[in-house]
Amino acid sequence: MVHGEAWTIKEFFTYPNEYIYWTIQIVMYPFMTGLVAGAFVLSSLYHVFGVKQLKDIARFSLVFSFALLPVAMLPLLMHLQQPFRGIEVMMTPHFTSAIAAFGIVFSTYGMIVASELWFVYRKHFVETAQELKALPQPGAVDKLRCILFSVLTLGAWDVSHEALEADERAVKKLAAAGIPVACFLHGYAGFIFGSVKANALWMTPLMPVIFICSAVVSGIALCILTYILTMEIRKQLSLRRRLAHPEIPSMEELKSAEAHVVAMTSRYLLMFMVAAITLELLDLIFRGYTAVKSWDILRSVIYERDFVNIFVIQYGLGNLVPFFLFLIPGLTIRRATVGTVLVLLGVFMMRWNVVIGGQAFSSSFSGFMHYVLPIWPTSMETLKEGLFGALIVAIVPFCIFYVLNKVMPVFKKA
Amino acid sequence: MITRRSFCKKSLLIAGGLAVPLAALELFDPRKLLAEKDQKGPRWVFLVDTRKCVGCGFCVKGCKVENEVPYDANVTRTWVERYVVTNDGKTHIDSPKGARDGFPEKGIDIGHGKLEEIRDEDIEKAFFVPKLCNQCDNPPCVQVCPVGATYQTADGVVLVDRKWCIGCGYCIMGCPYGVRFFHPVYHVAEKCNFCYHRITKGMQTACVDSCAFGARRVGNLRDPEDPVTKVIMTERVNVLKEEYGTKPQVFYLGLSKEVK
Repeated sequence: MVHGEAWTIKEFFTYPNEYIYWTIQIVMYPFMTGLVAGAFVLSSLYHVFGVKQLKDIARFSLVFSFALLPVAMLPLLMHLQQPFRGIEVMMTPHFTSAIAAFGIVFSTYGMIVASELWFVYRKHFVETAQELKALPQPGAVDKLRCILFSVLTLGAWDVSHEALEADERAVKKLAAAGIPVACFLHGYAGFIFGSVKANALWMTPLMPVIFICSAVVSGIALCILTYILTMEIRKQLSLRRRLAHPEIPSMEELKSAEAHVVAMTSRYLLMFMVAAITLELLDLIFRGYTAVKSWDILRSVIYERDFVNIFVIQYGLGNLVPFFLFLIPGLTIRRATVGTVLVLLGVFMMRWNVVIGGQAFSSSFSGFMHYVLPIWPTSMETLKEGLFGALIVAIVPFCIFYVLNKVMPVFKKA
Repeated sequence: MITRRSFCKKSLLIAGGLAVPLAALELFDPRKLLAEKDQKGPRWVFLVDTRKCVGCGFCVKGCKVENEVPYDANVTRTWVERYVVTNDGKTHIDSPKGARDGFPEKGIDIGHGKLEEIRDEDIEKAFFVPKLCNQCDNPPCVQVCPVGATYQTADGVVLVDRKWCIGCGYCIMGCPYGVRFFHPVYHVAEKCNFCYHRITKGMQTACVDSCAFGARRVGNLRDPEDPVTKVIMTERVNVLKEEYGTKPQVFYLGLSKEVK
């Protein structure tokens, strides 16, 4: 069977070779990089612009951004027909292609986040390593951890006041440098689509900007959501352990901290959401107003075939409902949870409507293609580019985050 | 002990020394040298006379066999489209299996295995249009390939390196003509290459050889004596989707405005 045939239903006239070649993994790719970029921008709001209210979530989102980073690459690899040659994008980049910049942008960004994390956690590495060294009878695990943390210090054992201040300055500089790079990482994902002149829906110079704004929205939403989830777990743990360890923060302390952080962060979420929706609507209105050759088929895709996906799920459930949920005064944790889940759904559907919607019509403008998401995998292809492949991509960052949190605890007081 | 001054001096010397042999690469650019010798090779172009095409599909068959594109796979390097314009102003288009078996059904294939029957008296005009890679002068597929696995040869044909293609599909997305697809066996990007292995040896393409009606011809635009060149230079020819700025090099005679 030809690649793409398993999930494409054609209607009216399409060119014989046309199928939906970019599927769910290409939806996941901008969604995941968007989360990376958004989480980083959120942490930078504290580190660079000194938004003190975001202090608690800043560390959290930085580590989370790092956990998401390798996963931004995963959907691309799963989508490639020749995954083992994927490295050639880094080794033999062909710079007229937008994808060729991936290696450079991605590794630059990775290095910036890694070094920022190192400066943030250096004190923790040194202290942990010294504690482990001081143990009278270390076990095998302690020895391993001691080696790990000693290596992580990279030989910089100085934790004097001056040295830590220098660390803070470095963090600030790196975070400042990271914002444009994070925006570039994601803006260029938008450029990959926006520069395809053969695709009438994708080709717009607004695409990178739309992608960046919705990226920040989704990144902040996921950080709030994960923050709430981890705080709930901490609350449960605190209930159980507080008798034995009185130094653990009490239930009330955790509750008030959580409510405060969520309320502050959701304000930034709202601001970026307004920007994202404005740009998306501008694009839609402009297309309708100028009504060039492709508008006839685009209109039937946007207003008829994908109406539910675009106007009901993306704009209605994903934008309008959470907008009001966050605007109504007295934000509760429960409402914030529902709001962020809906925002994430909205951004995901935006990616879906761009990637799949862009292939919903033939480039002959005379026919349509319908994408049927493979649910149960019957072959390697439908596993990789089906529901299960997407779920793998969605779950992996949380696993990485769990491991990273063991080395770089996000909630330990600095 | 090396001083800062001598370190700087020596670094400059080394950098300068390295720059000289690197500059030689620019001085002796093989392509420039070839151009200066004025040994211009051919520029392969294609001429389709839609008025001669009867939609038999022999060209599609010939191409599939010659270029080892699996016969029953629903992808093809070249195909034929049928256009039926009815008196209500509607255009009905189809290309069942790329017209590999011609057009065995009178009804128009509208997908899902359904046929749309059109009464003879409703038909204003009907014609066939063969399609193949346009071997663009400004190929968007070459531009977007992230690893340079697809490239344009000096004689204008765009080729794919099967050993280097990573299978990302960006070129398939970038082609406004829909000529590219994934090869079902090699799992890399695949496209019409004007039977490069044949034309470079002085032969015709498989589709040209299969066409009994002379609807397809391949030629060299740099040769003013080539009959194809003469037609392109003197007659009213047209190209597909010029608005994309791809500068297509497949020229059509008798192209109608309905053609997509």
